[in-house]
Amino acid sequence: MSCHDEGSLLADPTATTVAIVGSPNAGKTTLFNALCGLRAKTANYPGVTVSRREGTLHLPDRVLTLVDLPGTYSLSPVSPDEEIVVDALEGRVEGVRPPDALMVVADATTLERSLLLVSEVLALGRPTALVLTMVDEVAARNGRIDMGRLSRALGVPVVGVIGHRGVGLDEVRELLADPAGWDRPVLSPPTSGAERSGWVASVLATSITAPEMDERTRRIDAVLLHPVAGTVIFLATMFALFQAVFTVAAPAMDALDSLFSNLAHAVDSLIGGTLGSFLGDGIVAGVGAVLVFLPQIVLLFLMLALLEKVGYLARAALLADRVMGRFGLEGRSFVVMLSAFACAIPAIMATRTIPSERRRLATMMSAPLMTCSARLPVYTLMIAAFVPDRSVMGPIGTQGLTMFGLYLLGALSGLAWAALLNVTALRSPTAPVMMELPPYRMPSAKSVALYVWDGAWAFTRKAGTVILGVTALLWVLLNVPSVTPPPGLTDAQAASYRMEHSIAGRAGAAIEPVFAPLGFNWQVNVAMIGSLAAREVFVSTLAVTTASESEEALPERLQRLTDGEGRKVFTPPTVAAILVFFVYALQCLSTVVVLGRESNSRKWPAMAFGSMFAFAYVAALVAHTVVAAVTS
Amino acid sequence: MRLSEARVGDSVVIRGVEQTEHGLERRLEHVGFLPGTVVRVERRAPLGDPTIYELRGFRITLRRDSAQLIDVVDVIDAADAADTTGRDAGTEAGAGT
Repeated sequence: MSCHDEGSLLADPTATTVAIVGSPNAGKTTLFNALCGLRAKTANYPGVTVSRREGTLHLPDRVLTLVDLPGTYSLSPVSPDEEIVVDALEGRVEGVRPPDALMVVADATTLERSLLLVSEVLALGRPTALVLTMVDEVAARNGRIDMGRLSRALGVPVVGVIGHRGVGLDEVRELLADPAGWDRPVLSPPTSGAERSGWVASVLATSITAPEMDERTRRIDAVLLHPVAGTVIFLATMFALFQAVFTVAAPAMDALDSLFSNLAHAVDSLIGGTLGSFLGDGIVAGVGAVLVFLPQIVLLFLMLALLEKVGYLARAALLADRVMGRFGLEGRSFVVMLSAFACAIPAIMATRTIPSERRRLATMMSAPLMTCSARLPVYTLMIAAFVPDRSVMGPIGTQGLTMFGLYLLGALSGLAWAALLNVTALRSPTAPVMMELPPYRMPSAKSVALYVWDGAWAFTRKAGTVILGVTALLWVLLNVPSVTPPPGLTDAQAASYRMEHSIAGRAGAAIEPVFAPLGFNWQVNVAMIGSLAAREVFVSTLAVTTASESEEALPERLQRLTDGEGRKVFTPPTVAAILVFFVYALQCLSTVVVLGRESNSRKWPAMAFGSMFAFAYVAALVAHTVVAAVTS
Repeated sequence: MRLSEARVGDSVVIRGVEQTEHGLERRLEHVGFLPGTVVRVERRAPLGDPTIYELRGFRITLRRDSAQLIDVVDVIDAADAADTTGRDAGTEAGAGT
C-alpha cells in the first residue's frame, strides 16, 4: 500500500472518497498524515479561510481519496468556516465531490464530548467509522474502553489508534479497504437536547470507564498558572523565545549570507557579462536575501511547535488573554504577534490557530507592524549614522533608546491598529473566546518535524517565488537602459551614474515631488522602491547608489552625502521620516502575498498595503515636521 | 445563578445557555456546555479573567462575558462531585437527565 499525490486535486473522479471529520485537536491531521504522508495537497475552499487536505491512498484493489476536513465541534454551523464542513459533507461545495464514506476521528480521553459530534455525523446516514485516538492515555489514566461494546452501542466499526506511534493504522487501512461493508446503525441517534445527552450517557455506560483527570497536568498547572510564579515563567519563556530566535539563529544566518554572497560573485564572474550580472547579482542575491531567513524561520517554528505540542502555548495564551482582550484580540494573538518580531510571514500563518475569524483577521493585520527582523538593518544603519552616541543614564544611551523606542512604537501601533479594526472594519459579532487546555504531553518528534517542515517549506516556496520575480525585475530596472558614464569616474561612481540614469533611477527622480516633503531625494527613493521587495534591500541599494572614492564605511558616506545643490541629503528630519516610514509601511510584498493567501481574499492585503502606506506617509511627514521644528 | 458567579472549586450543573440574536453562543453547546452537564470551576487566570472550567473530561477557558450566559445550579453534594468529577461525572449527568 502506498500513498502519493496524483498531481491533481481529485486524482481519480471515480475513486472512493473518504472524508475525515473531527473536532480540532482530535488527532485528525496526525492520522491523515500517517495514512497519506507528506505528499498531500492542500486545497482552499471559496470564501472561507479554512482549507482541506487531500491525499490518495492506494489499497490492493482500489484507490481511495482521503480528505482531511477542517476541524469542527459540531455540524450545526455557527460560522462560514464551520458551514463549509457541512457543505462539503453534503456535496454542496462546487468542484468537490461529496464523500462516499466518513471517518470520524475522536479523542478517546474526551469521549463524553466527542460523542456529541459523533451523533450528528451518524445522523447523516452515510457509511461511517469511528477512529479513537490517544487510547494509550485513557489506559494511563485508569480508564478502559471496550471497543467491541462501543461498536455495538454505536452501530458502526470502531478502531483505536495511537497516532504518533502508528499503532492501529493497519486496522484503519483494513477498514478503509471496504467502506461499503461497514456496519450501519439501525436507528439514527438523537442529535440534540436531553435525548442526545441520554444517548451519550447510555453509550458511555455500556462500554467505557472514563479516565481520571490528569493529575500531572493539574500539578504542573498549579505552578505554571500561579499568579506570581506563572506570570514570571511566562515572561521568561517569551523573552527566551524572542532572544533565541534573534541570537541563536544568527550564526547560521550569517553563514548563509556569506554563502549566497560568494555564490553570487562566483556566478557573476564565471558567466560574466550582463547575464552573469543578472544571474549573480540579481537572482542568486535576491533569492539568497530571502533564504537567509530560513534558520530563523526553522528555529521559530521548532520552538513554537514544541511549546504548542507540549501544551504550554494554551497556558501562555490564557495568561495573555485579558490584556489582548482590551484590544479586541485574544490570548492566542499574543503568541502570534510575538513570533512576528522575527518575521511576519510565519506569524500570519500561525493565525490559523485562532478559531474566530474576526480575531484572526485583526491579528493578521497587526502582525506586520511588529518590528520584524528585516527592519533591523535599516534601523541599525540609520541609528549608527545619525543618532549621536550619547549616554542618557549610565549604560543606557541615545542609540539604544532610539532602537527600543522604534520597537515599542511598532508594538503599540499594532495593538492600536487591531483595536481600530475591531471598532470599524471588523464589526461582526464575535464568538465566545474558548481555549481548551490539553493535558501536558510529550511531543512526538515526528509531529514536530512535520510542523516545522510545513512552515519552512511554505515560507521558502511562496516567498521565494515572489522575491525571485521582484528581484529579477528590480535588477532589470536598475540596469536598463545601459548608459555610458562619462570618463574620469571611479568604478563605484560609474556604477552610481549608471543607476541614476536607469529606469529605476529615473523613477526615483520622478517621484521626488511626492516624497520631497519627507526630505527624500532620488537615491532615497530608489532605495525605497527596492525595499518593496525586502526591507533590507534599502540598505544595499543605498550602498550602491552612494558610491564614493574613499574607503569610508556606509554610515560615514551617508553622513556626507549631498544633493546636486550641495545640501545634505540625510538631515535629522529626513532620517526621522525614514525611520517612521519603515515602522509603518508594509513594504514587504511577500507579507502582502501571505496575507492574501491566509485571509483567502484580495481586499485585506490591499487594505493593509494601502492604509499602512498612507499612514506611513503621514506619520513620516509629522516626524519630519516635528524634528525640523525641534532642531532649527 | 450564572456560571460566572460560581466560585473556584465549586461544581455546578448547567440548566441552560442564554442565546443572543447572533447565536454564536451555540459554540458553547457544541463544545459541551449542555443542560445537565456537570462543570467544575477549576481556577482563574492571574488577572481574574478568563476562568478554567472542567467538564466532560476536558478543561477549557471561558471569559466572564461568556460564563455569564450560562445558567447553573450548585451540585447538591459539591464536595463529593469534585472528588469524583471525571470518573462519575458522566454517570451523574446521565442520571440527571
